[in-house]
Amino acid sequence: MDTPPPAGRHRLPLRLVAAAGARPVNQPLPFGPGRTGRASHAGRSDLSEVMDEVAHGDKQAFSTLYDALAPMVFGIVVRVVRDRAQSEEVAQEVMIDLWRQAARYRPDHGSVTAWAATIAHRRAVDRVRSAQASADREQAQAAREHQTAFDEVSEQVETRLESEQVRRCMRGLTELQRQAVTLAYYRGLTYREVAEALRTPLPTIKTRMRDGLIRLRDCMGVTT
Amino acid sequence: MKQHHSDVHTLAAAYALNALEPAERKAFTEHLPQCQACREEVAEFEATAARLADATAQYPPAAMKHHVMAAVDGVRQLPPRVPDTAPTATLGSALRRRAVPLALAASVVAAASFAGLAAWQNQQSEQYQQRATQAEQRLDDVSTVLAAPDARTAHGRASNGAATTVVASERQNRAVFTASGLPAPAPGKTYQLWLDHDGTMRPAGFIRQDGTVLIDGDTADAGAVGLTIEPAGGSRRPTSAPLLLMALPT
Repeated sequence: MDTPPPAGRHRLPLRLVAAAGARPVNQPLPFGPGRTGRASHAGRSDLSEVMDEVAHGDKQAFSTLYDALAPMVFGIVVRVVRDRAQSEEVAQEVMIDLWRQAARYRPDHGSVTAWAATIAHRRAVDRVRSAQASADREQAQAAREHQTAFDEVSEQVETRLESEQVRRCMRGLTELQRQAVTLAYYRGLTYREVAEALRTPLPTIKTRMRDGLIRLRDCMGVTT
Repeated sequence: MKQHHSDVHTLAAAYALNALEPAERKAFTEHLPQCQACREEVAEFEATAARLADATAQYPPAAMKHHVMAAVDGVRQLPPRVPDTAPTATLGSALRRRAVPLALAASVVAAASFAGLAAWQNQQSEQYQQRATQAEQRLDDVSTVLAAPDARTAHGRASNGAATTVVASERQNRAVFTASGLPAPAPGKTYQLWLDHDGTMRPAGFIRQDGTVLIDGDTADAGAVGLTIEPAGGSRRPTSAPLLLMALPT
């Protein structure tokens, strides 16, 4: 997905103007399945061991855990919450929560990554829903519809970027499956809200969400 | 909402996506201990969802780590879960109130800003309606570029730290620019986009703040996209040092 070297067309030599200390562009994040790069402690068994140390109050281990998980946590929180300042608060709360709950992580229930992603997504969704509850829903609707359309375009852009495999697997879904999964996961909608947004009967959405997730699971070769 | 027992099994996907309403979530959570198949399915779906989360990974601000590391000093860790404890949520939030006044303060601030947001949205909703038609057209244009079979992507980082992306379709002669982490411009200022045609910078539209815009102008024979801060209304030529100059993807 990254830019191939210019070929065939004349180009002025250009440099990206980078901020001091900024990460060079087009570098893989140092974490996550399917990515190359320094994934030294991203392996599942390794992280399980780190978790064990964190559960015993080891702050050095927590620092390692933070480095491994914070980009994923921050990424999904930003995606759901949208507002950057609020996302920082929520992501911070999630990371503190990982520390607090470390002893409750159960390796036999899934990977550390999945555990952290579940906590992060749950917190993000809670934040979005409490915001919705405190706003007047009727009035906010017009604004949201407008916003949704744009957000989805941004999502299309981002989806292009981040993970080749996720993108490829997303393409394997039907339109309704894809929308059901992404509106729920990336927008934080309940499946009832998804049904309303897509003007589709509730049972259909329930089924598509499930089919879609099963297809993604199989496509990405997810095992627990 | 009342759930038939047979229905409960089909909720694993919505549960893993956090898409259940509170009553259904409660019903499903209570059902889980008796349903081995459901637990396995939830675990797989949560692992799948984690891949979706991972695909959005981005670096948090560096300061966040300092805050978190400092905060955990005062946070007592929970003991391992044993059967018949109080529900996590209750215990967790009780501890949180005592241990992390920071989090509480943050949520008060957040609540205040939500109230402001609601009022603002009331005023804005009419204007939103008026803009909707216009917006749809722009959306169509943007989507067309993104969906182009020859669309290419490049990433950049502006000198103010914003992450930027350009998706260009040579065949369509159009490109889309997206920014995230762009700070609000000072009053009376705006972000202006530029297309570099062999060293000549031509105005290529504006981006208000974070978001996605279609770049104005022919992109097929432009070499790069630039971004500057200009007086509101824009300039004919850049009047400030570029925040970003990135090659168009080929």
